[in-house]
Amino acid sequence: MSDMTLSAPARRPLVLRHPSVLVFLTILALFTLGVTLLSEGAGIGAISTSFVKTLGKTLCFCLVALAMDLVWGYCGILSLGHMAFFGLGGYAVGMWLMYERTRMIVADSLAAAELPPTAQEISDGIATQIFGVVGASEFPPVWAFAHSLPLQLAAVVVVPGLLALVFGWLAFRSRVTGVYLSILTQAMTLALSLYLFQNDSGLRGNNGLSGLQNLPGLDDIPQSAVSLWFFWASALALGVGYLFCAWLVSGKFGSVIRAIRDDETRVRFLGYPVEGFKLVVFTLTAVIASIAGALYYPQAGIINPAEIAPIASIYLAVWVAIGGRGRLYGAVIGAGFVSLLSTWFTGGQAPDLVLGPLRIQWVDWWTVLLGLSFVAVTLFAPKGIGGLVDLAARIKSPDRHGADLGPDAGALREREADQ
Amino acid sequence: MTTLLEVSGVSVSFDGFRAINNLSFQIGEAELRAVIGPNGAGKTTFMDIVTGKTRPDEGRVTYGEKSVSLLSLSESRIAQMGIGRKFQRPTVFEDQSVADNLMMALKKDRNPFAVLMFRPVAADRDRVAELADEIGLSAALHRKAGELSHGQKQWLEIGMLLAQEPRLLLVDEPAAGMTLAEREHTTDLLKEAAKTRAVVVVEHDMEFVRRLDCKVTVLHEGAVLAEGSLDHVTRNEQVIEVYLGR
Repeated sequence: MSDMTLSAPARRPLVLRHPSVLVFLTILALFTLGVTLLSEGAGIGAISTSFVKTLGKTLCFCLVALAMDLVWGYCGILSLGHMAFFGLGGYAVGMWLMYERTRMIVADSLAAAELPPTAQEISDGIATQIFGVVGASEFPPVWAFAHSLPLQLAAVVVVPGLLALVFGWLAFRSRVTGVYLSILTQAMTLALSLYLFQNDSGLRGNNGLSGLQNLPGLDDIPQSAVSLWFFWASALALGVGYLFCAWLVSGKFGSVIRAIRDDETRVRFLGYPVEGFKLVVFTLTAVIASIAGALYYPQAGIINPAEIAPIASIYLAVWVAIGGRGRLYGAVIGAGFVSLLSTWFTGGQAPDLVLGPLRIQWVDWWTVLLGLSFVAVTLFAPKGIGGLVDLAARIKSPDRHGADLGPDAGALREREADQ
Repeated sequence: MTTLLEVSGVSVSFDGFRAINNLSFQIGEAELRAVIGPNGAGKTTFMDIVTGKTRPDEGRVTYGEKSVSLLSLSESRIAQMGIGRKFQRPTVFEDQSVADNLMMALKKDRNPFAVLMFRPVAADRDRVAELADEIGLSAALHRKAGELSHGQKQWLEIGMLLAQEPRLLLVDEPAAGMTLAEREHTTDLLKEAAKTRAVVVVEHDMEFVRRLDCKVTVLHEGAVLAEGSLDHVTRNEQVIEVYLGR
């Protein structure tokens, strides 16, 4: 080996520099395989289809938590609007699912007529079916592309991306930071949700979109199989998303956004356009959140404006805080753990707790418990559940300040072992 | 000697208080200058104006051969043009390693997408090692900046400034909280830096200023009171009155 390579070792692949990425991807792959083998659709049937859906939805939550961790844990922007982007992704995909399925039903029922139906008749039929509940029978302009899956999929990226770009540009340019920025994002979320609640918003008001679990033209395929498809897609999206985020934060870009979190004025004097960086992170994470939402809602089957309400984004922040922000696996652990626990408590499976005259029914008391744990984590364990990994790592390898690891001098040194 | 930075007739008030009052200042391309003055003389505000943090109410600030006006540029743009600033309190990124801090400061394209695609090559890593050597932090390259002593943080910040390769360095009280040996090292670094660029040092400590051995500008109530060698200005009646009198 020449001196040159000694002084500047070649850069090793990302997964080797950050072993946690490899560990995470392995666990995710094993988990996906395990669930598949135990599912009703492709395995022994130990896991019900509805639980496969719950797990698939949880993976989507993990993905949106990654986005939240990137924007909050790494870049320091406490956004209370990322679940709005999540919802927008769901609406974009939901519109096509609902349109296409209704079109098939309408076409079927009109096929029996003596005269073949005109395009206008079919279109009117679909509109009446979809918008009957809000007393309308015409397609609103936002449905202009609902007939096309590629265009609606493009909307999953473009609509939240543009919204985040415009909103972020206005907010960051005015140097709004900290709690004021959080309030601003929350206001955006609230405004969007209130707008969608109106019947004339064109998205069926508080009814939202429903029947999204039924894929058009695939009526013969049982939900047990469809649920697995979405589960796999969600696992794949989470894996790719995790790799992407790990790549993003591993290099100088990660360095700069963490620096912005810690002291943005100083970063500005280093010559970095802080607003530009924030805008890139905010927009990128909005798109990731939207993709997660686009995978989530076909598994949930229904989306309505309540899902976009600010409380959802606050929950997202709670997940990331409990899991441990500033580390990617922390966000995933937080979202997975808390949302599954929440499903268990609110699903009525948790036994009631009797404390003398007080009977604690978890369906009602779960949010209280969650709130208390959030306060406890913030006060006593700011690193969250992810901090346990640090503890475990320190127990295994005490800091020997570069000294020999073996019994005799000249044994492998700590610094060598680290590499 | 050509002028690198020219500040002329600049004034700025905060809530009616005139922090800077018709201030004019010039510095050449390779020059070391000390700026002294009592508290509230406007030393920090002066730096804020040059670096774009504060916009003056009137006056002109021009920079470089083409005499570009800095008044309409953002802080990051001004920094990119080659004006580096060191704050009074050492501000390094404590959660990141010394190497990461230096790597971030290296003169490179600052555009977010360029930064995203940036991967350090051997030359960049060598430059970081060289800088760490210069500021005496070679052994601490992989330690977190937060673990460093106060003096070491000051040096790291100076190293980050050098990494930016600025043409004009603004240094706010570099010797604060340093031991005697550390002060001497700092003086040497600043003198060395001033051979190839303009360096403005704001300092309270007269002994430190004497060691810099350069032209001195005395600020008082937002305006220049006297300018010249240290001996010259300390003989100035007004300066004596401001510093010792009242």
